[in-house]
Amino acid sequence: MSIADPPARADAPEVTRPTVAPSSLSTSAPIKLQARGLNVYYGAKRAVRDVDLDIPANAIMSFIGPSGCGKTSILRCFDRMNDLVPGARVEGTIMLNGEDINGRDILPVEVRRRVGLVFQRPNPFPMTIYDNVAYGPRRHGTSNRAALDEIVESCLGRAALWDEVKDDYRKKSGLSLSGGQQQRLCIARTLATEPDVVLMDEPCSALDPIATLKIEELMADLRARYTIVIVTHNMQQAARVSDRTAFFTMGEDRSGYLVEVGDTSEIFTNPRERLTEDYVSGRFG
Amino acid sequence: MKRTLYADTIATGALWAIAILVVTILGAIILHFLFASVGTISLGFLFGDPSDTSVGGIGPLLWNSIYILVLTLLLTVPLGILGGIYMAEYAGQGPIPNMIRLSQELISSVPSIVVGLFGLALFVNATHWSFTALGGALALSIFNLPLMTRLTEQALRAVPRDERDGSLALGTTKWQTIRHVVLPLAVPGIVTGVILTAGRIFGEAAALLFTSGVATPPHYDYLDFSLGDPRSPWSPFHAATTLSVYIWKLNSEGLGTFVRQISDAAAAVLVIMVLLFNLGARWLGRVLQRRVTGAR
Ligand SMILES: Nc1ncnc2c1ncn2[C@@H]1O[C@H](COP(=O)(O)OP(=O)(O)O)[C@@H](O)[C@H]1O
Ligand SMILES: [Mg+2]
Repeated sequence: MSIADPPARADAPEVTRPTVAPSSLSTSAPIKLQARGLNVYYGAKRAVRDVDLDIPANAIMSFIGPSGCGKTSILRCFDRMNDLVPGARVEGTIMLNGEDINGRDILPVEVRRRVGLVFQRPNPFPMTIYDNVAYGPRRHGTSNRAALDEIVESCLGRAALWDEVKDDYRKKSGLSLSGGQQQRLCIARTLATEPDVVLMDEPCSALDPIATLKIEELMADLRARYTIVIVTHNMQQAARVSDRTAFFTMGEDRSGYLVEVGDTSEIFTNPRERLTEDYVSGRFG
Repeated sequence: MKRTLYADTIATGALWAIAILVVTILGAIILHFLFASVGTISLGFLFGDPSDTSVGGIGPLLWNSIYILVLTLLLTVPLGILGGIYMAEYAGQGPIPNMIRLSQELISSVPSIVVGLFGLALFVNATHWSFTALGGALALSIFNLPLMTRLTEQALRAVPRDERDGSLALGTTKWQTIRHVVLPLAVPGIVTGVILTAGRIFGEAAALLFTSGVATPPHYDYLDFSLGDPRSPWSPFHAATTLSVYIWKLNSEGLGTFVRQISDAAAAVLVIMVLLFNLGARWLGRVLQRRVTGAR
């Protein structure tokens, strides 16, 4: 637990940074998601150890850390997708808007509507672009044509896909789009269920740089309306897009834990922990 | 390097040879019976009644084949799909579901003559129905239902996790996900199942000898829709000798002047029907898939 204050690196990304390092648990924005004592087990193996984390509303939080340190496992706790993994067990509490999402009277399907998840590999359904976006609202009971038209158009717009597909989105299959467009379609599809939070698990890892840039621009736009958590392998991406960054790593027992969380500028230029410093600089070196 | 190139060339060549062989055999079968039946197949042959004194026709036999096919599919396809959904999505992996899977594979490989004898005991004697289309269809269902269930289960299991998760992450229920994402993606596999079972139904003789009967059918009145009357060709209780059974019967009795001619032509009709059914089912599968993944 060294609190050594490493010097800012000359080649770190251009960011303005506050003079006082913010504590990991205090930000001015209201807290949207809060994890306390979070542990994830697969069978007997503990994959995530004792994570306490606050995720502020209307901001972008990025999760970084080496492969296998449990970023995906943690992310999937926030929308109860781990319930679906055979052998997975989650301990601890997760509060969404101050409400325990694992509470007795909370349905997992309800949580998943309010907390959307975008996957690493774009996975549009084998149906038209329109039907992909209308999928969630239809399942949740919207059958009025005009209402659906409106939702589809506005979500495609918010996902920055509208201009590219507006001529044939009712006929064209979602699968015929390029990888980057497919990922934006998946984002549109997620937005259509009107979530508060959008979780993204390495959404650009299968995309080329131009498609990646589009998604990053899109995230900046979405920030005003949604709380976004993005897992990323790409350090520059975390630095470019996120307001806050959480760095995880693996302990000796190979279970992942949170090393530190703070404003992105702080994490990249002036981390409190040596481990963070090593990780961040290793990649930028 | 060179070695692997050779190996690749040889393997590719072998696969081509096998593919060509398969197509050749299929072509040979079709062509053989087509040539053998030129001059026999006519509208009168397809729709006429069998006769002892002339070539006659196969109308009622063709009718019975199609009737039993449809009836068996009505019994096996919906139940098989529901069973497959249960086995793939809800049953899990415990010892009991695994025992069910094993039994399914065993039943569908029981020799069909045994199934026929079992059908005789159950659907002919115990029920006092005598020889009926329904008895035949039920006997065929005994070994086709497990097959249909198994193939549906496999088709559903082959749908990637990503697709299911994509739907579930939108807050849909498990059943909604199965209904709207998993099933549509499994349609091609399920259609293959239907084609396989249907092929077995068309071609089956042994299981039908003792259940739907071997009697040469009387003249059918196709306008008689009284379903309870065993004389109506629409009734599930009419004795229903099929085309395959008829071919077997002609050749095993070996009587009559026209046996060779009739059985060649009947065989040609059988092969063509199976082909048509195959193509039709594939087409229907494509339409269905478009429908279920579409607007609804
Ligand atoms: N479904 C699973 N079953 C068993 N172990 C798993 C499963 N998913 C992840 N793990 C294990 O949990 C650890 C964390 O994985 P993950 O959350 O995917 O990490 P990350 O996203 O940071 O790469 C890894 O050791 C991984 O092998
Ligand atoms: Mg991951």
